[in-house]
Amino acid sequence: MFKKKECVAMLLAGGQGSRLYTLTEKTAKPAVVFGGKYRIIDFTLSNCVNSGIDTVGVLTQYQPLVLNEYIGNGQPWDLDKTYGGAMVLPPYQRQQGADWYSGTANAIYQNIDFIKRYDPDYVLILSGDHIYKMDYSAMLDYHKKMEADCTIAVIDVPIEEASRFGIMNTNEDGSIYQFEEKPKNPKSTKASMGIYIFSKQKLFDYLMADEADPSSSKDFGKNIIPSMLAGGERMYAYPFSGYWKDVGTISSLWEANMDLIGEKPVFNLKEPSWRIFSRNATQPPHYTGSGAIIKNSLITEGCEIYGQVENSILSNSVTVEAGAIVKDSVIMEGTVIKAGSVVEYTVMDGNTTVGCGCHIGADKSNGKITLVGSDLAIPDGITVPAGAMINEPALKELLKEVK
Amino acid sequence: MSAVGIIFSNVHDKNIPELTQIRTMASVPYGCRYRFIDFALSNMANSGIQKVGVITQYNYQSLMDHIGTGKDWDLATRAGGIKILPPHITAFANTVNLGFTTRLSGLMDCGHFLERCKEDYVIMSDCDVICNIDLRDLIDAHAQTNADITIAVKNVTLTPDAYKKNVILSSDEYGRATDIFVYPNDKSGTHDISLNIMVMKREFLHSVIHDSKAHGYTSFNSDVIAKNINRYNIRTYRYDGYFACVSSLSEYYSCSMELLKPDVRHALFGDKDRPVLTKVRNSAPTVYGSDSSVKNSLIADGCNIEGTVENSIIFRGVKISKGTTVRNSIVMQDCQIGENVVLNCAILDKNVVVRDGRVLSGHETKPFFAEKSIMI
Repeated sequence: MFKKKECVAMLLAGGQGSRLYTLTEKTAKPAVVFGGKYRIIDFTLSNCVNSGIDTVGVLTQYQPLVLNEYIGNGQPWDLDKTYGGAMVLPPYQRQQGADWYSGTANAIYQNIDFIKRYDPDYVLILSGDHIYKMDYSAMLDYHKKMEADCTIAVIDVPIEEASRFGIMNTNEDGSIYQFEEKPKNPKSTKASMGIYIFSKQKLFDYLMADEADPSSSKDFGKNIIPSMLAGGERMYAYPFSGYWKDVGTISSLWEANMDLIGEKPVFNLKEPSWRIFSRNATQPPHYTGSGAIIKNSLITEGCEIYGQVENSILSNSVTVEAGAIVKDSVIMEGTVIKAGSVVEYTVMDGNTTVGCGCHIGADKSNGKITLVGSDLAIPDGITVPAGAMINEPALKELLKEVK
Repeated sequence: MSAVGIIFSNVHDKNIPELTQIRTMASVPYGCRYRFIDFALSNMANSGIQKVGVITQYNYQSLMDHIGTGKDWDLATRAGGIKILPPHITAFANTVNLGFTTRLSGLMDCGHFLERCKEDYVIMSDCDVICNIDLRDLIDAHAQTNADITIAVKNVTLTPDAYKKNVILSSDEYGRATDIFVYPNDKSGTHDISLNIMVMKREFLHSVIHDSKAHGYTSFNSDVIAKNINRYNIRTYRYDGYFACVSSLSEYYSCSMELLKPDVRHALFGDKDRPVLTKVRNSAPTVYGSDSSVKNSLIADGCNIEGTVENSIIFRGVKISKGTTVRNSIVMQDCQIGENVVLNCAILDKNVVVRDGRVLSGHETKPFFAEKSIMI
C-alpha cells in the first residue's frame, strides 16, 4: 500500500455561478478567466501546492468540460503525482442508484471513499470561487494546536457588510460558540471564508448523520457546522487577514481584476514565494505597434496592440486594432477589437469580434458595467448600451432593434 | 512511417561566442521567450516525431534545464521523448577523448542511441534553424523519390557576406543534387542554401557512419555528401517559408529585429496547428505603468514596463523603470533597468542590472553587449 497523506483537499468546483450570467453559460465558475492568464480555480490550486498539499479532489458537476480540460493531469500545478495529485470527481453511479451532488456536504459525502483511499488525518474543504493567497499549512498547524475537530477560516469584514456573510461568534480563545448565517444584527465581524479543516473521523460521522436526515439541505454552512456546534465539538475560528475576494458577480469580478493593476497593486501576482500557477497557452510574445498607447494595464502573450489600452486587463491573443480604444475593461482570450471601436467599462469574454466603429459600454463614471459573451460577432458600427448583458440571443435582439 | 529526430546542439557555438560562452547554441535565448532549439524541437514535435536525440558536448546545463523532461513539447513519453546525448566518455578512454567538432563525429559518438531506434527514418537538424517547417512533407518527398538523403533547401539571392556562411547545393532539373559548396569563397547570385535539415533512412545512416569510420571522414557536408555526391542519390527539397540562421552577434541582432515585422511573425507563429513550443515559465502578465510608452516592440510576459520602449525585444521578467528609454535593443530574461537609463542598440544577456542614469549605446552593425548577470 502507498504512504498515507496527512491532509487531503476537497475543492468544490461544481457551482454554476449564475450571477456571472453569460460567462458561466458554458463554463463552471471556477474556470472563468481571471487576471489575463489565470482562471479562478488557479488561486485555490496554487494555494494548495504552495501549502504542501499534493492531493486535491476537484468536485465538478455544472458544465465541467472546460474545467476538466483545464485541470487535466494537474501538471501546471505540479499535481501530476504518481500517488495523489489533482483528480476531477464528478458524481457517479453506484449499485444503488446515482445522484447528483445535492449540496456541498452531500458532494463530500459521495466522495468519502475517495478520501479513504489516502487515509488522511485531516480533510480541507475549499471552494473555487475566491481570489486570495492563503497558507493552508498554517491553518492546519492551528487546527492541530487547538486540537480542534473543525477549524473555519474567518476574515474581518466591515460591520455594515457583516449581514451578507456567515458570521462566527467566538470566545477569546478563538473557539466558536455560535454561527449565524447572514444575521440581521451581527455580533461579530468574523465572516466565514468557506474554508474548513476537519479531523477526518468527525467529518465522516457528521456527514453520515446529515445524509440520514431527510430534512437537511446537505450544506456545510446550513447543516454540518450548526449540528457540530450543537454536538459540542471543538470548533475554532482561524483568523485570516489579507486579500480575499469573492468574484461571484460581474462587478466584483471586474473589481478584482482591477485590483491587479496600478503602481502598487492591491493584489500582487508576482510574489516569488507564493507563485500563482496556471495552464499556459503557448503563444508568442505580445506585440505593440508603432501607434500603440498602453497605460496602467496588464497584457498577456499573443496580444497584438495597435490602438489604445488603458486601465485594462487583456488575456492572451487579444487584438486591438489601430484607432480602437479599450478603457477600464477586462478582455478575455482571442477577442478582436477592430479599428475605431471603443470599449469602455466592459467585461468581454473570449473569441468575440467587435466590428469597426462600435461603441461598447460607456464611461466608468456612468456606473453601469457592460458584459459581452464569448464567440460573438458584433457587426460594424453597433452601439451596445452601458449595462447591457450581451449573449447570442441578446445580440440578435439588439441587431433587430438597430434594423 | 516513423522518424526519429537528431538535433546538433553545439555545432555552431563558435558563431556567437558572446552568447555561447555559458550555454550551447541550442539554448541561446531568442525572440522574447524562446531558445533556438525550440524551433527545431517544435518542428519535430509538430510533425509527429515522438523521439528526439539532442547531441551535445559541453556547456549543456542550460540546455538540460530548458528541455527538462520534454513535457513542454509533449515529448515526455515512455515510448520516446527527448534524449540528451552527451559525449561518450569512459573512465578508461579519457586520454583519447577529444570530443567531437562536427555533426559526423557527434553521430559516431551516439551510435548506441541510433542502434536502439526502430524508426524508419532519421531527421537531422541543426539547433539554429529559425523556421516553421512541416517535416512530414520533407519525409514524403524523400520517400517518393527513393533518395538516399534529402536535404531541405531554400532558394535565396546571396550577398558576398552571406555565401561564406552557407552550404550551397546545386541540383539538376529533377532535384538531384549535383554539387555541394561548403562555405564557398565566391558564390554570388541565386542559389539553394542548405537549411541544415535533412532526412534519410535510419539504416542508410548506419551504413554512412560505418563507411565514414572506414574512410576517416570527419564532416557530413564536406566528406559524406561532397565525396559521394554521384554515388548516393542526394536530393533537395525546396522550402519557401521564412528561414534564418545566425552566424554572428550582429546577425543575431538583425535576426531578432526581423521579428518586429508582421510577416516574419506570421510565418513563424501564425499557424495555429504548428505552434512554436517552449518551456513554460508561468510568469504573470506584463504590467504597464501609467507613464509607459511602448512602440513597435515585442514583449514577453512577466515584465514591468514604466519607461519608454521602442523597436525592441524584451524577454520575460524584465523591469524597465521610469524615465528610462530602451531603443533598438534586446533585453533578456530578468534584466533590471534602473531609472533614467538610455539603451540604444544594446544586447543585454540574462539578469543584467543597469543602474540609474547609465547611457549605453552600440550600433546596428556592432551592438553593445553586456554578458550575463553583470551590473553596469
